[in-house]
Amino acid sequence: MTVLLYMIPCAVALGLIGVAGFVWALSNGQFDDPKGAAARMLQDTDAPL
Amino acid sequence: MTALTANDLSNAEGGLAQDPSPYVTHSKTGQALDIQVRGATCGGCLSRIEGALGALPGVSTARLNLSTGRLRVEWAGSMPARRIVSTITGLGFGAVAFDPQQADVDHLKAERRLLVALAVAGFAAGNVMLLSVSVWAGQDMAPETRQLLHWVSALIAIPAAAFCGRPFFASALASIKARRMNMDVPISLAVMLAVGMSLYETAIGGEHAYFDASVTLLFFLLIGRFLDARLRRRAYAAANALAAMQTGVATRLAPLGAAETVRVSDVRPGDVLLLARGERLCVDGEIVSGASDVDLRLVTGETAPAAAAPGQVLRAGAVNMSAPLQIRATAAASDSLMADIARLLEAGEQKKSAYRRLADKAAAAYVPRVHAMAALGFAGWLIAGAGVPHAIFIAVTVLIITCPCAMALAAPLVQVVAAGRLYAGGVYLASGDALERIAEVDHVVFDKTGTLTMGDPMLSGSDDPAQLQLAAQLARASRHPWSRAIARAAGSGPVADDICEHPGEGVSGRIGGEEARLGSAAFVGGEASDAARLWFRIGSRPPVAFRFEDHMRPDAAAAIDELRRMGLTVEIISGDALDNVRDAAARLGIEAWTAQATPASKAERLRTLEAAGRKVLMVGDGVNDAAAIAGAHASLAPGAAVDVSRLAADCVYANGDLAAVPRIVGVARKARARMRENFGFAVVYNLLAVPIALAGWATPLVAALAMSGSSAVVTLNALRLAKGKEAA
Repeated sequence: MTVLLYMIPCAVALGLIGVAGFVWALSNGQFDDPKGAAARMLQDTDAPL
Repeated sequence: MTALTANDLSNAEGGLAQDPSPYVTHSKTGQALDIQVRGATCGGCLSRIEGALGALPGVSTARLNLSTGRLRVEWAGSMPARRIVSTITGLGFGAVAFDPQQADVDHLKAERRLLVALAVAGFAAGNVMLLSVSVWAGQDMAPETRQLLHWVSALIAIPAAAFCGRPFFASALASIKARRMNMDVPISLAVMLAVGMSLYETAIGGEHAYFDASVTLLFFLLIGRFLDARLRRRAYAAANALAAMQTGVATRLAPLGAAETVRVSDVRPGDVLLLARGERLCVDGEIVSGASDVDLRLVTGETAPAAAAPGQVLRAGAVNMSAPLQIRATAAASDSLMADIARLLEAGEQKKSAYRRLADKAAAAYVPRVHAMAALGFAGWLIAGAGVPHAIFIAVTVLIITCPCAMALAAPLVQVVAAGRLYAGGVYLASGDALERIAEVDHVVFDKTGTLTMGDPMLSGSDDPAQLQLAAQLARASRHPWSRAIARAAGSGPVADDICEHPGEGVSGRIGGEEARLGSAAFVGGEASDAARLWFRIGSRPPVAFRFEDHMRPDAAAAIDELRRMGLTVEIISGDALDNVRDAAARLGIEAWTAQATPASKAERLRTLEAAGRKVLMVGDGVNDAAAIAGAHASLAPGAAVDVSRLAADCVYANGDLAAVPRIVGVARKARARMRENFGFAVVYNLLAVPIALAGWATPLVAALAMSGSSAVVTLNALRLAKGKEAA
């Protein structure tokens, strides 16, 4: 029973991190151009990451 | 250099080659320009465009958004903006500078808010469901454990419901203030009562808490809302892109004679504009000086060019062909023919937004009945002796289980799937309710030039084919549609020496030392006649004639037969000459046809048909079709149509491929069938669920199963639309 008191907050916290990450990616414009992102992945540039 | 097509010319070739500098923004770091690119579809196009622009001197950023077609270029230095546009067009893409519109930022923000709400609702629904399943599965769970789980659910569900329910609460409040009840009223009631009641149950240590139902309800509803908002924003953004293309540049002559490039929206009445060869006129005006031929195909539908001389009035949309003209603007762009059409469009828009979608009709039937059922349950149980808490419990269960999920998802899902299927076939849908309207039509009206026909005259025969190559040496220098037809038939090759174009008459030059003429009968010395023909004479040889006709599209007859088989009647209304329209109608087996129609008479004919109770589908491409397109029950435009017609149409099909027309009607009818099935299913489901809730047999588990189950059924039914053979 006491383990629940640790696990439940852990699970909820992880979920919140996921939602925060999604909202950040959305406001960062990462979902603005899905087709372009797919195409750029295949481009062959010599510049390093 | 490949042959020019009507597409090149009609899309303001003058604008493409002109200076985009009025649209360049300047800042401390350099200059920036936004361009709408047409034709970039794949990764290869992206690399080529960005690579070519990155190689230009001084360019620091060149980023193309492949999903919207918008390109942003930033550069420092003295490179002229014109070079950017010519680089892109040199690669084979269309490029028009534009002003980034602020308008669609609002739509984007609304859509983003819905997406964030959807993400939070999904997170909450998942976690609360996790806890609820534990409660339902734990038959021998200690009450304290159950209490704990309920309290944790409350902690997650209450803030989530407050945040995610905002769109529904706001809409319900607005609707109540307007003394109407839309679908959001029972939804908001259900969510608030469910959360409140569950909190009460948790506080007294009760068994049933509906936290998962309230958040899952919001999750499903937000899916429907988000899809609807996205479809609408895409349609709005694409319409904006078309409008941005329409704003181009014009060359204004200052009183001292200097020419400057200005935005079309800055042209004032009284300004003198220079209209170059191949350029499209952007405002209504009177010719001040110059003599030339103009192509009025986009304005009236006439295939034969008209002569232009000083004193004549030209309407916006006319394309100049032979020689530069100076034109005094008689109206600003906002008051020209285009603007008249735009006003007609607005009126048409209002008519369309008054159209009651299936979803609205369903909501109107649903809302009062659900409220009545809930009130009945509350009153009934109260009278039967149960306490107020239990009576409220029953009422809330009724509200939740009647599940507006299926209703809310029924239409948007089908529309999104149908739009996706059409898009894969090269058809772009302008709005969600377009599908419903297209499915209702029983009569199709076609424009002729450019819609049923290729739009460009083609060489159909000549007295002496051997002289084609010689005639082509003169033809390549002229923009007259017939000359272009000769040049296309002959292929690429040399141009004669000493070319001189005589507007309204023809072209003269020297080929191999001999004088040659190509033009009208009077100019060349051939026999005069009414038929479409061009005469050619070289040296002292006898003149030979070249004949032209506007060819029917190869799939026109098949498409019309298919439409008839689907039970639709077909008609042609065209602005072209009597003979041309009669021949076309005869070839396609169409009995009802009208020739020499003006834009107003086209719209009038449509009004007559609608008054007689017919639902009309209008298919057209020119400026003269735009008013009819706006007034019809539903409308289609080919991809090569003029901007205004594309803006007004419900649906745009690529390549002028007429086989798309019956296909679109077919998909629309199937979509309407799916939507009706979905709503029918929602009704049946409610008829079963309400008695169960009223009898008190519904628990949170039952409600959750019912909600998810009905949403899944509706989704699967909508996906049926995605399967089905698509003609290649």
